[in-house]
Amino acid sequence: MLIPHPLLGPRDAEEFTYMGDASLIARPSASDPGAEQAFSDYVYLRDNPAGVHRELWFHEAGDRSWIVVTRNTLTHEILDAQLARDVALASAAEAGE
Amino acid sequence: MSRLPGGLIDRGRTHSFTFDGKAYHGHPGDTLASALLANDVRLMGRSFKYHRPRGVFTSGSEEPNALVELGTGARREPNTRATVAEIYDGLVANSQNRFPSLSFDLMGVNDLFAPFFAAGFYYKTFMWPASFWEKVYEPIIRRAAGLGSLSMDADPDAYDKGFLHCDILVIGAGPAGLAAALTAARAGAQVILADEDFRLGGRLLSETHRLDDAPAQNWIESLEAEFDGLPKLRVMRRTTVFGAYDHGVYGAVERVADHLPDAGTGVRQTLWRITAKRTVLAAGAHERHIPFANNDRPGIMLAGAMRAYANRWAVSAADKIAVFTNNDDGHRTAIDLAAKGVEVAAVVDTRSWAKSRGDYPFYPGATVSNARGRTGLVSIDINYAGGTERLECGALGVSGGWNANVHLASHHRARPVWREDILSFVPSGHGGPPGLSAAGAATGRATTHAALNDGARVAAVALSDLGIDALLPDLPKAEDEPATSQPYWHVPGKGRAWVDFQNDVTVKDIELAHKENMRPVEHLKRWTTLGMATDQGKTANVTALAIMASLTGKPIAKTGTTIFRPPYTGVSISVLGGGDSGQNFRPRRLTPTHVWAAENGAEFVEAGQWLRAQYYRQPGETDARTSVDREAAAVRSGVGICDVTTLGKIDVQGADAGAFLDRLYCNAMASLPVGKVRYGLMLREDGFAYDDGTCARLGEDHYVVTTTTANAGLVYRNMEFSRQCLWPNLDLQLISTTDAWAQIAVAGPESRTLLSRVVDGVDLSNQAFGFMACRELTVCGGLRARLFRVSFSGELAYEIAVPSRYGNALMTQLMEVGADLGVTPYGTEALGVLRIEKGHAAGPEINGQTTAQMLGLGGMVSRKKDAIGSVMSRREGLVGDKRKLVGFVPVDRQKRIVAGSHLFSLGARHATETDEGWITSACHSPALDSFIALGFLENGSQRLGEVIVAANPLEGSQVSVRVASPHFVDPEGARQRA
Repeated sequence: MLIPHPLLGPRDAEEFTYMGDASLIARPSASDPGAEQAFSDYVYLRDNPAGVHRELWFHEAGDRSWIVVTRNTLTHEILDAQLARDVALASAAEAGE
Repeated sequence: MSRLPGGLIDRGRTHSFTFDGKAYHGHPGDTLASALLANDVRLMGRSFKYHRPRGVFTSGSEEPNALVELGTGARREPNTRATVAEIYDGLVANSQNRFPSLSFDLMGVNDLFAPFFAAGFYYKTFMWPASFWEKVYEPIIRRAAGLGSLSMDADPDAYDKGFLHCDILVIGAGPAGLAAALTAARAGAQVILADEDFRLGGRLLSETHRLDDAPAQNWIESLEAEFDGLPKLRVMRRTTVFGAYDHGVYGAVERVADHLPDAGTGVRQTLWRITAKRTVLAAGAHERHIPFANNDRPGIMLAGAMRAYANRWAVSAADKIAVFTNNDDGHRTAIDLAAKGVEVAAVVDTRSWAKSRGDYPFYPGATVSNARGRTGLVSIDINYAGGTERLECGALGVSGGWNANVHLASHHRARPVWREDILSFVPSGHGGPPGLSAAGAATGRATTHAALNDGARVAAVALSDLGIDALLPDLPKAEDEPATSQPYWHVPGKGRAWVDFQNDVTVKDIELAHKENMRPVEHLKRWTTLGMATDQGKTANVTALAIMASLTGKPIAKTGTTIFRPPYTGVSISVLGGGDSGQNFRPRRLTPTHVWAAENGAEFVEAGQWLRAQYYRQPGETDARTSVDREAAAVRSGVGICDVTTLGKIDVQGADAGAFLDRLYCNAMASLPVGKVRYGLMLREDGFAYDDGTCARLGEDHYVVTTTTANAGLVYRNMEFSRQCLWPNLDLQLISTTDAWAQIAVAGPESRTLLSRVVDGVDLSNQAFGFMACRELTVCGGLRARLFRVSFSGELAYEIAVPSRYGNALMTQLMEVGADLGVTPYGTEALGVLRIEKGHAAGPEINGQTTAQMLGLGGMVSRKKDAIGSVMSRREGLVGDKRKLVGFVPVDRQKRIVAGSHLFSLGARHATETDEGWITSACHSPALDSFIALGFLENGSQRLGEVIVAANPLEGSQVSVRVASPHFVDPEGARQRA
């Protein structure tokens, strides 16, 4: 597979380490009531869809960017790739932090 | 049999080779199969299941029968197809799957038991009991039925791997592939043309078709000359594209030196990973046969193969041949062989309306119903309306029509579709590897004219997809005779009619599968093992499912087909390794003091990728424990030095570095004063402990984190995840500096004295540089360095870091200036002994299943802040765990405790329900002159002094041990603060 790195262009998947569901970016707040349940869900419950999936890839043998890749798990077609930091900043901005 | 006239062989030169120990001659340009035929050898192998004598059946890589072992000794390679093995001077080839010899094979007795080996026999015979599979059934099956054998020696050859990129990859260099490559290369695109053959031309090499009224070879030669002048075209001969992978990536093996007597120092094969924007699959077509009774006699082969041997290699399998066909193409074989002076005894055509096309005895509306000659064809029976006739002949060419070679086109689970008009499956055009289009015979456009023009057209479409304008080249005029074929699939009758030669599947097996309701193609395949041999049934599958279709009464289009998977042909594990075997299997990292250590008697041990000094054997020391005890004792009494570079070092810099580290470590780090080091514990988000180390604050915005050797990569990855994904607003940067700094532990009561001799004017007294202090400084007259007063051994100790390239020099210098102090280098074993004596947790204790609380570090998990894992560490299941890290001393102090032993109360039964914990680390302690251990024990901290049992059921041994504090040496910690 080739991962379209947002900064470096297409790179071989061998250069990357895979971590799965990109919802791991949305870490719960420890101070919220019900934090323990929220963390339990965060740690143990993951989507594993047959189809379009947003997932985290780490360019470990490259520039060490974390990347959010939108990939169809049935066809391996890659629909989008963004720096995870940009994704995280955007959702933080949305949450009004 | 002498050679026929013509052919693409170099008669001016001769190669000698042996087959089953007998010497033969051939010419450059010959394959092993053509050279054997030229020497009247028709019998080349034995079948897989019944050990039936078999001869060569095809002239290409789809060969099911002629599998041989090539080479000798460690270079022996089994299951090589004689049809694609180029001969060279000195080639040694042997037949396989026979004992004691090819013509007399004892296991041929299997053939007499054929009724027992019918379809599904694996499932029916070897059902019970399950335990018999491994011990009884499988060894028997493997001995009786089988392919070649391995040498069991290490592969002595060199392999390589490489990456290639192109706009257009053309697979196959027949007429369609050549036209496609020409079109794309002339348009200026980056083009790769790959073909498994050692010559360009594909089927053109095996036919007498003329191009522009001249031999096809003229056109091929003019193209080759033009290709040489096109710098963006890479022509790869002897290169098999074996698989289509995601995103336009193709796997290919180039046989660089398989055709040479000696690869010399060069590589034998290269694994290429080709990334192509578009791919033209011009893989041609494979002929199929028509099963009839005993159609596996050596000498019976595909009609197209018979023609290829005559035209390209100038050989015929016999002086007198016959042809059995259901189509016009079979007649070409008769015409071409007759033109070469071979006697054509008959052309048997299933079509009653067919016309003779040459001067040969012709049998329209007839079939071949039987064949005789156990180790070589002697005669055939011809059946026609008027009766049966026996005809003597030494070879028979069979043509049942042609299957488009859809192998690679179906690699992404794409199902080819049936075209009744040409009686072939073709790529459906949707699904399949994105960017791949089939051209020419691979998609059913099989006349030379159609293939040439289709190749150019498909390439032009692919180029226009990429925004490259292409002109269609002037292509030579070529034959354009439409194929006319009768859907005639097998000759009914008594006797076994073979469909899949390599796996010995007969028409009867298919009929039995039908009776037993194994009718869907995927069931048929598994029940009969059809198409499951190394050739994936390239010459068998379509025929088999056509037979099944006729049995079920469904059309072939509704019956469907199984699909091919990579690899197209066998790929050796060696070339997949691409040279990364043995020591090159993974990178090996050497510490900065490796050279010094090697010169000073170090025994090395692998720690992840690192090679670390395990201990330093001194003259007279015969066992490792003597060396290790000496080293550990030297640290306790004097001073020792040890390379600890392998511990991960991560530089954390930025205004928010402290806040960031507060969220990574379960304990506080932001509050750490500049110039101080603190022990830190990291948890996983699920609340379990996963790594520990020290964190040093060198400046207001500058921390250095150390990790364990094993987790250096993982911790860094997770830190980057935290920085980029969890807290992207924090102002900080990370970099791994593990390789940048050589770090040496200097430990023992004399460590201060030793270090003060190398540091440049820095006061190391306890007041000026106390326990857990750190600073940047220079050593040895100006070399920049970092000094940390940390202790893993419990003694007064330091770790000093210098730029990596000075590590070896610093080691030498410390040994030199510390000679009068008895400075002793120590390795990882003594390091382990010292930390067990001190009760410091390491990898065996922090193994991913233990918590801070179990480690006795529960108090470190701060409740004042959120850090990774802190919420989950407080959940009931983790807090409720009563197992605690404690120490153990055997009641008989000289009795060894084995790490991994499980702990039980005295007198308790040894079972899972009564298990109370386990031993994590154990060693001999020179300080206590006793074996000692660490481990987790139920309510351990309240059981000090109790005698329990450490049981090692694997060895059936057990030791009585007394529960103790894990801090065996200096529990108050006075020494490290001295």
